[in-house]
Amino acid sequence: MTDTDATHPSSLSPVISVNNLVKYFGRFVALRGVSAVFDAGRMYALIGDNGAGKTTFLRALAGLTKPTRGSISVLGNLDIHSVCRYFGYMAHPSLLYDEMSGVENLRYFSRLYGIRNDQRCAEVIRLVGLDPQLARPVGQYSQGMRQRMSLARVVIHDPKVLLLDEPFSNVDVSSAREIVELLAQMRDSGKTIVVVTHQAQLLEGAADEFVWMREGQIVSRTSDSQSSRREPEER
Amino acid sequence: MSRLAAITGAALAKDLRLEWRSKDAINAMLFFALLVVVIFSFSFNPTAEESRQIAGGLIWVAFLFAAVVALNQTWARELRNQVLDAYRVSPAPASALFLSKALGNFIFVSVLEALMAPLFIIFYSLRALGPTWQLIPVSALGTWAIVVNGTFFAAMSLRTRSREIMLPLLLFPISIPALLATVNATTLILTGEASAKVWIVLLLAYDVVFTTGCLLLFEIVLHAE
Repeated sequence: MTDTDATHPSSLSPVISVNNLVKYFGRFVALRGVSAVFDAGRMYALIGDNGAGKTTFLRALAGLTKPTRGSISVLGNLDIHSVCRYFGYMAHPSLLYDEMSGVENLRYFSRLYGIRNDQRCAEVIRLVGLDPQLARPVGQYSQGMRQRMSLARVVIHDPKVLLLDEPFSNVDVSSAREIVELLAQMRDSGKTIVVVTHQAQLLEGAADEFVWMREGQIVSRTSDSQSSRREPEER
Repeated sequence: MSRLAAITGAALAKDLRLEWRSKDAINAMLFFALLVVVIFSFSFNPTAEESRQIAGGLIWVAFLFAAVVALNQTWARELRNQVLDAYRVSPAPASALFLSKALGNFIFVSVLEALMAPLFIIFYSLRALGPTWQLIPVSALGTWAIVVNGTFFAAMSLRTRSREIMLPLLLFPISIPALLATVNATTLILTGEASAKVWIVLLLAYDVVFTTGCLLLFEIVLHAE
């Protein structure tokens, strides 16, 4: 499915609308005319091989990469930066200061969103299954703990849209399932979640839609990870 | 304005905390400045009068070179784990990040100056013949001139492959008017030959122009790919 606008159900309210997005890095084309709609209260798994354009697409949605052509409308606004307070972005790296503790990191990032309530930091750390009393620096955390703390940073300001790049990488299966459960709860509370992952099976039953990308294009959108892995011409 | 101040304060506190824990910038600057002082003191053997004539230049060249060491590290910790992206996706103004970095660097370089000044006085047997109190505004304005441009150009060269070389290449030429004013003002205060007020006013004007320019342009630098 390369253009979703035609099939978009009218009962759902679109949060993100992407129209013919093209991104060049020099002469390399990372995105080739991607069009898609992402609705409120739904979880999307963005899957595809390495180099398919998933991360570039997610960074474009977060406003970190400027598209060469095309447009992205978020909550009806074409200027992404003006609505960035409604976004939570998790990248492959942790986006945390290794030398500071989890609480110190969250306290700093919460200030960027005008939140001055330290209770909120402790609350969010507990939400992701960590201990707010943990004083050691994030650099000494295990990879799984770092991913959880990274997720805490993403949700500190209670965003409407969560853009997550590989949240399960280097996380053991049980921790990954806990994160999926948490994401499902957030989805149920009305948030729109876009997850880039190579572990699509983890989101089976939790994600509402699996969006398969290949060579900078969306090639299919299905309700389970297995059918989305099939080539479009096979179906 | 209060939001800008709050975010600047939070980012500055974070930078001071990180520096307090790692001491990366201050150690590198101190070591470098100390080397310059010792090498210069072995190279020259000036009289008290000659010292007053050359000390302004020596001091400020040492501080400029030492500041570059710290400025190169300013943004390095924002690149680790791509933390800068977390700031870029937040609604926090770019100017708050710039101000916090410039203020942080100002504090680091001022600490260096406070620690190195007694050494300069001892090594070069310095005694000011002009109004000594004027050294305070001169060093404050001169330091700000170095760090405000240095912070900006360090951010600009952040994504270049050889950023350690790019920063002095960009910073030194644009700092020449400020360096000239600072060195001349310091020399005039030390020798007591004439008033340094003209140079201080020039420094103030330089700082106002470049601080405004950097604040206005920093958003483009921050969001550049």
